[in-house]
Amino acid sequence: MYDIKSFYEAKNVEDAVEALQKDENAIIISGGTDVLVKVREGKDAGKSLVSIHEIEDLKGVEIDNDGTIFIKSATVFYDITNNDIIKKHIDFLGDACDEVGGPQIRNMGTIGGNICNGATSADSASSMQVLNAKAILKGPNGTREVNVVKDFYIGPGRTVKDRSEVCLGFKIEKKEYEGFKGSYLKYGKRKSMEIATLGCAVMLKLEDDNKTISDFKIAYAVAAPTPIRCPQTEQFAKGQDVTNEIFLKELANKAFSECNPRSSWRASKEFREQIIKELAKRATTKAYEKCVGKYKKEVSVTC
Amino acid sequence: MIKKKSPKTAKKATFKPVKKKVSDLFIPIKDRTTVGKPEIRVDARAKVTGDAKYTNDLCPRDAYCAKVLFSTIANGEVIKMDIEEALKVEDVVAIYTCFDVPDHEWPSAGHPFSLDPSHKDPSDRKILNKRVRIYGDDIAVVVAKNEVACDRALRLIKVEYNEFTALTNPHQAMEKDATVLHPNIAKTNAFAHTTFKKKPDFDYEKEKQIAIKKYSEENLVEVVKQYKTPHISHCHIELANSYAYIAADGKITVVSSTQIPHICRRIVADALQIGVGKVRIIKPYLGGGFGNKQDVLYEPLVAWLTTKLNGHCVYLELPRENNISGTRTRHAMEGNFKSLATKDGTLLARDVQIFSDNGGYAGHGHSIAAKCSGIVNNLYRDRQGSQVDTYSVYTNTATAAAMRAYGIPQACWFAESNVDDICHKANLDPLKFRYDNCADDTLLSGGVGFYTYGLKECMKTGAKAIGWGKKRKEYANQSGNIRHGIGMGIFIYQTAVWPISMEQDGAMLILNQDGSANLLLGATEIGQGGDTVFTQMAADACGFTFDQIHIVSTQDTDYSPFGTGAYGSRQTYVAGRAAKRAGIEFKRVILEYACKLLKRKSISGLDIVKNKIIDKKTKKKLMSVADVAIQSYYNKGDAGALAVRVQEETESNSYASGAVFVDVTVDMAFGKIKVDKLVACHDSGILINPALAKAQVQGGISMSLGFGLSEEILYDEKTAKPLNNNLLDYKIPTAMDSIDSEIHFIQLEDPSAPYGNKALGEPPAILPSVAIRNAILNATGVAFDQAPMTPQRLVEGFKASGLI
Amino acid sequence: MLNIINFTLNGENVEVAIDEKETLLDVLRNKCNMTSVKKGCEVGECGACTVLINGRAVDTCLYLAMWAKDKSILTVEGLMNKKTGELSKIQQAFITETAVQCGFCIPGIIMTAVEVLEYGRPFTRDELRKLISGHLCRCTGYENILNAIEKVMIEKYGLKK
Repeated sequence: MYDIKSFYEAKNVEDAVEALQKDENAIIISGGTDVLVKVREGKDAGKSLVSIHEIEDLKGVEIDNDGTIFIKSATVFYDITNNDIIKKHIDFLGDACDEVGGPQIRNMGTIGGNICNGATSADSASSMQVLNAKAILKGPNGTREVNVVKDFYIGPGRTVKDRSEVCLGFKIEKKEYEGFKGSYLKYGKRKSMEIATLGCAVMLKLEDDNKTISDFKIAYAVAAPTPIRCPQTEQFAKGQDVTNEIFLKELANKAFSECNPRSSWRASKEFREQIIKELAKRATTKAYEKCVGKYKKEVSVTC
Repeated sequence: MIKKKSPKTAKKATFKPVKKKVSDLFIPIKDRTTVGKPEIRVDARAKVTGDAKYTNDLCPRDAYCAKVLFSTIANGEVIKMDIEEALKVEDVVAIYTCFDVPDHEWPSAGHPFSLDPSHKDPSDRKILNKRVRIYGDDIAVVVAKNEVACDRALRLIKVEYNEFTALTNPHQAMEKDATVLHPNIAKTNAFAHTTFKKKPDFDYEKEKQIAIKKYSEENLVEVVKQYKTPHISHCHIELANSYAYIAADGKITVVSSTQIPHICRRIVADALQIGVGKVRIIKPYLGGGFGNKQDVLYEPLVAWLTTKLNGHCVYLELPRENNISGTRTRHAMEGNFKSLATKDGTLLARDVQIFSDNGGYAGHGHSIAAKCSGIVNNLYRDRQGSQVDTYSVYTNTATAAAMRAYGIPQACWFAESNVDDICHKANLDPLKFRYDNCADDTLLSGGVGFYTYGLKECMKTGAKAIGWGKKRKEYANQSGNIRHGIGMGIFIYQTAVWPISMEQDGAMLILNQDGSANLLLGATEIGQGGDTVFTQMAADACGFTFDQIHIVSTQDTDYSPFGTGAYGSRQTYVAGRAAKRAGIEFKRVILEYACKLLKRKSISGLDIVKNKIIDKKTKKKLMSVADVAIQSYYNKGDAGALAVRVQEETESNSYASGAVFVDVTVDMAFGKIKVDKLVACHDSGILINPALAKAQVQGGISMSLGFGLSEEILYDEKTAKPLNNNLLDYKIPTAMDSIDSEIHFIQLEDPSAPYGNKALGEPPAILPSVAIRNAILNATGVAFDQAPMTPQRLVEGFKASGLI
Repeated sequence: MLNIINFTLNGENVEVAIDEKETLLDVLRNKCNMTSVKKGCEVGECGACTVLINGRAVDTCLYLAMWAKDKSILTVEGLMNKKTGELSKIQQAFITETAVQCGFCIPGIIMTAVEVLEYGRPFTRDELRKLISGHLCRCTGYENILNAIEKVMIEKYGLKK
């Protein structure tokens, strides 16, 4: 039993916005896997819940004629991983969604919740960063589009989304994924039921020689108070030979210089430094392998 | 694959049993029809259908819900508590604080009561505690009609504390100015200290000088090192829970997820200061215990609450967070070693100091630390002697008590790391070193020895299976980030607790009208398969088939025979004797009745085989047991339903042993370990049920993987507040973190046991962790001395060694 | 205030009065007597309370009972053939493969196994490890559980062991 004041199942998005607006004590609930945990902890005990759990319009993945992908916010992780559009164009986002919690959580938790709770550890967040996704938020004053890289996060666990706004989904433009191969690596202490110690998403585009980088994007989870992109590293990578070990080492150092990890009982700053660097190398290599097939002999122990 | 070995090198031990043998119970292997067979668990069907009921499943739905208010400091006292606002919450029935409970302290350990006052468990806790000794101590309780009302009321209780400095480790707690946590128990926080010596005048430094003279310094190797193990949580998936009501007969009835119903009854009576006869404990199916439920947890509280609430049923289930940090834990220990060996591989002497963090309350007192040091001392034959000094220390971390293998995972983490460190330093083969120096069949400590000895056979079998010699060669001189290594460890383990404690178990067999029998025991099923193996053991003893014995799984202290419950790895050894004795007596009683029906003079020519009365000589069936049964019930003039009840004391104990080998891949830059192969070899005597035995080993391996790689309860160093007491941050292995294993049993018939069996329940959880540690040493040359070997510790270690 | 909702439970339509504060776990255990659905953590970290909702494995501790309206819910109690008393193949395999010890996590794992076996394709052992990794079991080390699921999978798809 959860200590909630009231519960309201919204009929549609407008209904949800109205319900949220009416009651200052109300918070939105979608999959429930984060919100209910906070209610149990006492942090959100006594709140009123406005549920968007049953709004079918908020579920699914679509692609426009111009190639823009729209991932609706209440789509559960499993349905993203197994969606054909995702598998075809941005499979690494599906991989990231396949790393969240365990299988049951992936049947329940939604991508909207994952991004909108603002956690730096959100598995889908670094992929959304490299995809330069735009969150579509609908509130009492209408609908707005917010770039998740530049304008979305305002601090650890905090985003620009207002309490009375409902996230409709995430828009990814064709130019952000066309010609790229991507990868996501999650680093945890065990292999499942994990909150990321670190996460890293990389997108890579190669020249015709199949080894010179023509475009490069990299983002991290838990390497800073919010999910981050590493713009200088991305610039540095362009024109480099991805198979060059020295390049990978420099890339790792560069990426780390753009991160701001902290020490906590979960992991020390020094340890995170090591893993941030390793992830840059390994995620890049993995993306490269998606371009050309397996090329390294030495097999790493998966994280 | 289970591979039965014909043991060539294994031999009958030379140790002579000190107490009586059980020859009067002996049944030759050829006459066993169900013991030794992989019978299907008697409770398997109920557990896959949901029919098996656990404590919460049986709780009346109108029971009040009770929730505990946990202290938010670790060390101090409650000065004042304001419950006024909390009482106003709708549906709250009552609130009791630490100022309301009886001023009486009681011990929680699931040990048999000791008649020797010097051997009694420390009485050091009340039903609710004003003197706070752990973060999350029980300081008040809210009773309400539902859990939301409890939660709301808990948030409104105001507490004032007088706070003292939190003591987060034994050394801090042993400092002169540290607050003494239990002045009634001991003058200092180090409440117990023992010294084990192989010879009375042993002194390490003196022996070292003797050794230098004898072998000269350059022929010796010395290792001086500290090894550490963490606080570990049992993490049984069923939460600690119990409920109590006063039944129509006036008895305080407690239904509990406990391993030890009869002990629980005595302790509840003690805590409430009432007669044992006024308390009834019922133990249904249990969702894992692993030793945590070998302590009495909240049964006294719910029992006391029902007495305050006119006997209304009160249910208490502890949240997962407090199951991890507020029930019991495995002791965090530190072992400081000085070890001396010759460079050609003879262990000469060891001087060891062990500090055991006992947490806020005594739990099992010093017994676990003492067991640990006993095994450290006895696992190897130090030719010039050894000394193990052990301190049990109260601190403000979670109370430590029994957990699967009772101090021996720590003992082997220490001793087995140390042996590999000696070998690494002197470039010796760790397998050969162990073979040459390990405990042999002459071991006798505290009256306990090996009746059968299979340790060296375990080592041989495991070494062959892992490819020891070949792999050690193959893995020499590696470079690059990915490295491979193999490692091993060995253990010895006492099956029972005699002669330190009394060992007694009861069994009852009642013949049903259809010729089947009900079996009642004091011994408890806690998931390990006890019900199944007791059924097998009783069936063979009375000549019944497996399916004709119906075990009563529930223990109810109103009717179940006395037995001390599930702990150690002793129930098949101790309660197995009772089941077997009952079976033998039962057969006699049935034959005596049959004798009259068959108009025979004596039972000597009769036997029961597969539910039939037969003529021993001709092997012909004379009548069925069912015929006897119906007569015994309803034969006018000679009616007397047949049943037997025995109480059997066990006055022997026996060492089990074994070895584990692993082959690992180390990804240094990533701080990750992959176990590619694990071979576990156990010298556990004759297996009662090979399928269950194998399953038991698999589970132990998984638990030890957690101990070695990921599990530890972390505390804030200043406040002793637990940081990771949830199942997301406290990392027990998932299916992806676990491995398939190769398991071998060296089956030697132990003459002191009912069916040749020795300890198996706990031992599988001892070695995999340290074998992995030694494999990493083999792979990289880096010794990790602190468990668990988390990614961060691994990365730090490889960085410090310049490998990454 | 209680809300009356309808859902399908193990093939039968049920009507239950629920408090909106209740989880599906509470309702299944306390009002529908489905005690195979176990509570182990209350926050989706152990998997003991797993049931299938519209064919998907879900932690009922994090699922508000209100959401169950008009859904189809399957628990272990619904797997047995009610007419013949015959167990499902997966239940039978858990028995014969010695996959059960204390049994507390088992109903939940069996429900995930039912979901996995309905995906329409077989999985490798490593894939199976991932697919059941939302369940914590402290007794078995998962080896025999995997064997049990594999056994049914091999039979179902006519594979060679």
